[in-house]
Amino acid sequence: MSARPMRLAVGPILYLWERRAALDFYAALCDAPVDIVYLGEVVCSKRRVLQREDWPAVALELEAAGKEVVYSTLALIEAESELATMARIIDAAGGRFEANDMAAVQYAAGRPFVAGPHLNIYNDATLGLIAAQGANRWVAPVELPLATVAALAARRPPGLEIEMFAYGRLPLAFSARCFTARAHDRPKDDCGFICGDYPDGLTLYSRDNQPFLALNGIQTQSAAVHNLQPQVAALREAGVDILRLSPQSRDFPAVIAAFRAALSANGATAACPPAALPGGYCDGYPRGAAGIDHAG
Amino acid sequence: MSLELVCPAGTLPALRAAVDHGADAVYIGFRGATNARNFPGLNFGEAEAAEGIAYAHRRGVRVFVALNVYPSPGTWSAATDTIDCTARLGADALILADPGLMQYAARRHPGLRLHLSVQGSATNWRAIEFYRREFGIRRAVLPRVLSVTQVARLVARTSVEIEVFGFGSLCVMVEGRCALSSFATGQSPNTHGVCSPAHAVRWEETPEGRQSRLGGILIDRYAPGEPAGYPTLCKGRFRVEDKVFHALEEPTSLNALDVLPALIASGVVAVKVEGRQRSPAYVGQVTRLLRSAIDLCEASGAGRTAGGDWTVPAELVAALDALAEGRTHTLGAYHRPWQ
Repeated sequence: MSARPMRLAVGPILYLWERRAALDFYAALCDAPVDIVYLGEVVCSKRRVLQREDWPAVALELEAAGKEVVYSTLALIEAESELATMARIIDAAGGRFEANDMAAVQYAAGRPFVAGPHLNIYNDATLGLIAAQGANRWVAPVELPLATVAALAARRPPGLEIEMFAYGRLPLAFSARCFTARAHDRPKDDCGFICGDYPDGLTLYSRDNQPFLALNGIQTQSAAVHNLQPQVAALREAGVDILRLSPQSRDFPAVIAAFRAALSANGATAACPPAALPGGYCDGYPRGAAGIDHAG
Repeated sequence: MSLELVCPAGTLPALRAAVDHGADAVYIGFRGATNARNFPGLNFGEAEAAEGIAYAHRRGVRVFVALNVYPSPGTWSAATDTIDCTARLGADALILADPGLMQYAARRHPGLRLHLSVQGSATNWRAIEFYRREFGIRRAVLPRVLSVTQVARLVARTSVEIEVFGFGSLCVMVEGRCALSSFATGQSPNTHGVCSPAHAVRWEETPEGRQSRLGGILIDRYAPGEPAGYPTLCKGRFRVEDKVFHALEEPTSLNALDVLPALIASGVVAVKVEGRQRSPAYVGQVTRLLRSAIDLCEASGAGRTAGGDWTVPAELVAALDALAEGRTHTLGAYHRPWQ
């Protein structure tokens, strides 16, 4: 088990937010009790949440506030232009980047990196060989049971940190198809950035009105917010070093505060605010159950 | 080089049907949770696999073994046993997704030809190059996300053989990057080799009509007389804002024959048929129809240039549609507007 206290990370913004909203969000994080901030675009290569020149300025501010900054890269890479952007981000990242496709692992060849949640790492052998490629932190796939994370953590490669997706709508799937554009009968190539209208994704309901999924461009998420705040002690026990909170447009400071309080109290007493999105909370995956299940 | 036709076999009779109807290669899986068609009553034991391989080899047909889940520490040794068995039986290639298993296979059985499974999610040449550099893969099966133009560009950038899907059920999501099934049921292709597993399906007759549920979640509701399909999660009808529709995809099959000349011209080496869960009769018919299509297309010379002109004979299209999910077909991501 790690001697360092558990840390809080803020994941990359998975949605198309207004530039002003994103800048305000990062400015607020400078003063928030989080340790690590992931920047950059993971979902759609067409999106520009911030301009290319904005990111280094945001990174400098966060670093000046004592935060570790990591640049995340795209999960689904198809076009040559997307490979070029990925390479540029990795080269400019200086410190560290998050690989979400094997293309990034291939390109970086030996440089240190974070193995993101979209690399399929499910066992010791794969974790070991990805560490040998330069990974010094691993974000577990969201569907991995905590028992498996604990087993891998117990035999982890030396120096490897383990991070878990602990709060937010779960990133469940990627497609070539843009589902937000489809829901609006727009072609992907003429989407008009309609996803920008949904700063927390577009909720998809079953026909008996159960909030089920959330459409976020080419990404499909859970409608329910995955929330492991009540289980912080078990995560620590499993050897998890870092908890990832995925940005949402509402109540995020309260979410950070609840996790920070849980870390301080070792999960004993801290209360979490009610879910701000339709779908409530879910927490099934760590138990090896359906991800949508909720025990609390 | 002729385009290779790779057909599915979930059982020995299906393998024989594929071989007898013109497959160049057949892919199979072993029983247990080590492959992505982990359905009851399907797949091969060691003796059956040996018999199937012998049957195929006598007729000049190759056999690939698919082991395309991502094993957890608890299922690791079952997976490596499968690799050892595949090598022992003299299969022609092993189809893997998990990098750790690739490393095991490359070290333990250096003579065994490795293919990167579609579940490996390699959608660009750099990702494919990673698996070639590290494990010496000889072929990669592309996820169903690239347009024909993107496939051609990728083929031009890699020394690894490229295999693409030609016919069968359509995955809407990037294979290997989809946890929708485990979100609803606890089991996914990556973890258990299943999608929308049968044990989680429930049918109900209600005043509103027949309903299908998966893991308790309402996937679709059918009006009287409306044909009801298997409740694959991504092919249900859902409500988004005020609209109830197939929000992710309709129940339909992939059929790539319309772009066959372009695929041949791009240098793709093989087309694959989905469907290890299908009956021997289905496998035999689909194999025969695709064999015929490939032979006709190649004889026309249309695949020699990228813009080659060839029209799929209408009777082939109709015969394949009759076998297809939803009795209709799509080019899927090969055709940009689908995206």
